[in-house]
Amino acid sequence: MVRFILRRLLAGVVLVFVISALAFAMLYANSADIARRILGQNASNELVQQKQTELGLDRPLWQQYTDWLGQALTGDLGRSWFTGQLVIDGVTSRLAVTLSLVIGATVLSAIVALIIGVVAATRGGWVDRVVQVLSVLGFAIPGFLVALGLVLLFSIQLGWFKATGYTPITTSFSGWVASVTLPIIALALGTIAIVAQQVRGSVADALKRDYVRTLRSRGLSARRVVLKHVLRNAAGPALAVLAVQFIGLLGGAVIVEQVFAIPGLGQLAVSSTTKADIPMVMGLVIATALIVVIVNLFIDLAQAALNPRVRLS
Amino acid sequence: MSEYAVATPGAPPIARRGLVRGLLTNPLAAAALVVLAIVAVVAVAGSFLAPYPPNLASLQLILAPPSPEHLLGADSAGRDVLSRLLVATQISVAAALVSLVVALVIGVTGGLIAGYYGGFFDTASSWLTAIVMALPAVIVLLAARAALGPSVWLSMAIFGVLLSPAFFRLVYASVNSVRHELYVDAARVSGLSDPRIVGRHILAVVRAPIIIQSTVVLGIAIAVQSGLEFLGLGDLAVPTWGSMLNDGFTYMYRAPMLMLWPALAIAITTIALVVVSNAIRDELERTSSKRRKARRARAGSTTPVDLVTPAVVHESDGAPRGEALLSIGELVVGYDRDDGDVTTVVKGVDLTVRRGEIHGLIGESGSGKTQTAFAVLGLLPEGGRVVSGSIDFDGTDLAGAPESVYRRIRGRKIGYIPQEPMSNLDPSFTIGSQLIEPMRVVLGLSKKEATDKALALLDRVGIPDPRRTFASYPHQVSGGMAQRVLIAAAVSCDPELLIADEPTTALDVTVQAEVLDLLRDLQQERNLGVLLVTHNFGVVADLCDSVAVMQSGRIVERGPVEAIFERPEHPYTRALLDAILEDADPRPPLVSREGASA
Repeated sequence: MVRFILRRLLAGVVLVFVISALAFAMLYANSADIARRILGQNASNELVQQKQTELGLDRPLWQQYTDWLGQALTGDLGRSWFTGQLVIDGVTSRLAVTLSLVIGATVLSAIVALIIGVVAATRGGWVDRVVQVLSVLGFAIPGFLVALGLVLLFSIQLGWFKATGYTPITTSFSGWVASVTLPIIALALGTIAIVAQQVRGSVADALKRDYVRTLRSRGLSARRVVLKHVLRNAAGPALAVLAVQFIGLLGGAVIVEQVFAIPGLGQLAVSSTTKADIPMVMGLVIATALIVVIVNLFIDLAQAALNPRVRLS
Repeated sequence: MSEYAVATPGAPPIARRGLVRGLLTNPLAAAALVVLAIVAVVAVAGSFLAPYPPNLASLQLILAPPSPEHLLGADSAGRDVLSRLLVATQISVAAALVSLVVALVIGVTGGLIAGYYGGFFDTASSWLTAIVMALPAVIVLLAARAALGPSVWLSMAIFGVLLSPAFFRLVYASVNSVRHELYVDAARVSGLSDPRIVGRHILAVVRAPIIIQSTVVLGIAIAVQSGLEFLGLGDLAVPTWGSMLNDGFTYMYRAPMLMLWPALAIAITTIALVVVSNAIRDELERTSSKRRKARRARAGSTTPVDLVTPAVVHESDGAPRGEALLSIGELVVGYDRDDGDVTTVVKGVDLTVRRGEIHGLIGESGSGKTQTAFAVLGLLPEGGRVVSGSIDFDGTDLAGAPESVYRRIRGRKIGYIPQEPMSNLDPSFTIGSQLIEPMRVVLGLSKKEATDKALALLDRVGIPDPRRTFASYPHQVSGGMAQRVLIAAAVSCDPELLIADEPTTALDVTVQAEVLDLLRDLQQERNLGVLLVTHNFGVVADLCDSVAVMQSGRIVERGPVEAIFERPEHPYTRALLDAILEDADPRPPLVSREGASA
């Protein structure tokens, strides 16, 4: 078990390194162009040269990368080219906001998808057909359209929620709930559709297993067998899909934060991108990769807990 | 980006010619195809259809409402919304196609190479896939935008790279499974070159899944492209659905209708794509399952079925026998079909199992003997039901009985021993927890009492180290051990009747004999009635007191074992008996053991 964890951990670290190298190469390769975009299209060549030297962009790429890496390993991801803010501060100050959205959406999708999927698989009939249609819609309609629709309906037409803005949980709990409810729903709907499909499929699959009949033959009720044995066996594939969806939710948060004017990582990513604030973008890429690696590690552990064959081999 | 690669359609390999017709007869799919056709026409001809140049701005028209000249009104810069929508369709669709083509080229070639040659390509591509899937696509696209500037085409090409694992995995998996097929080997031996083999044999297999995946990918590309443009990261000079949405979002309070048109365009197109992809998948599944069914029907029983002659009944020779425990009368079991008809698999079965006797139910596979057993347990597979007849168990009628009746019967009155030991244990729980759960629920024992009883039972069924087996998971024990565990579980709540469905078929020959011994010992110890389902007359001879011979859903002959062995009358019974005498049965019958144990 310890070896299993260590192996996954090592693979994660290697992955983050590889991603950092690739991202650095892409972001810093075209330094003349970056300098020109910062200064504007009309800047003279001397000014561009000067800016490149100022930002250290005139050195060989590998040297820039090793410098960056050396600092990054000590927790220093450099400073924003525009505000002078430490990249690490910019990222950590917004991390909690985005994570609360993404984790909230993940938990919500997991619960709702579980219920919908189990009901669809065990009841069949019209319930199943309704779920099928809804999940086609949930899968097909892009999340940001859902977000826009929610804003239009609940904030502008009905006035139930504040359309935009964010209240930190430390300021007011009810204010926080009111400000994250719509974004979380907007994020979760697509995920619910996909995860519910998976739950439905794997529950239907587990229900056909021989041991379900055998357990029933011993006098266990259908409900008990479904809730204990079928769910436990269906959980693995559903969890794998949920893990993949978590990565999608991190991406979805970028757009949803923009719609609801929530100051999270996504908003930082969009503003840094338009300004070509390269150190900030680099920091965001690393932060995202780290989150993904950590989440995947947790999922691996959960899979091992669920499935004795993973755990014991 | 793997969030977009989830839809790996489990479609059968070969596209049928009837596919298009099948799609058109499905109203939803036909509607979706019409929508896509309209989108395609607009995408091609949009700039000719547009009444005004898409970027022609007019100060008088800023946020103008719909009018006869401007059917959908004008946007925040006073540009005609209809014209922009038509031209935007062209660019949005083209951008999505760029992603699709890039993803197809990289994913399909990569999958073919890695799947066909394996080795180094395998490792390299699985690492590349891991890297591509470790970041959300939006983050990668933002970084690319920061480094390379606002170009729709470049972003969508990069997105194509991110989408390529969706095709890669599809092609890789298919190629890997086809690579070692005999017909591919044969092609290789006959001297076909690798590219010819790939083209003729392998691409044919993955064509249909690729088409399905392509429609899904196209929808995703449209969604992501509009998302990026909506964030304001696109080229402002180029009208797209996403940038129109952005403009509408900015003026959401003053002109909410501005958002409606691009939003509708995006939503309708993506829904149509998903509907079409689902419809193609369903259609392929339907045609392939039809073919499977047809094949199965042809492969079915060829022995002529006698539906008129009543069963040959041998009377008992007057020896004392126990009271009837289970009496099945005129039992008919059927499965409801989609067209409202019922397919019957058990067609009027009569048999009686007495207390303290082992009653064999013998017949070839597909004769309905297992279905009879499931009907008694009230555990027929989905769609199956008792159509008519009676199942009298010790005074209770079980035919079509509700769950409330069965709750008192299953486990504590009737125990069940399945055929295949491994698949009948839940792989996720220890053997011990599966053993004690019914005892705690059905008999209401405490955890301690149930554990003690389970350990005693494991010891009784001949498991050498009960504690160790108790704590093991099913995959850690042998098939013979698992079958003993299942026998222990079947008797754990002290039933009066055991239904054993081919309890030794899946076991090694040496283990078979031991398990049969165990069954007989338990039966005598507890004075159980046993309904033993089997296809092996050797087992019947070894174990049973009476026997019913079943063919095509009917009992053709029944009576005491000696009578049937001495005077078999029905030709089917004779054929089954001849099979053991000629030793034609691939499984060595256990008749020889009779002398040894008697």
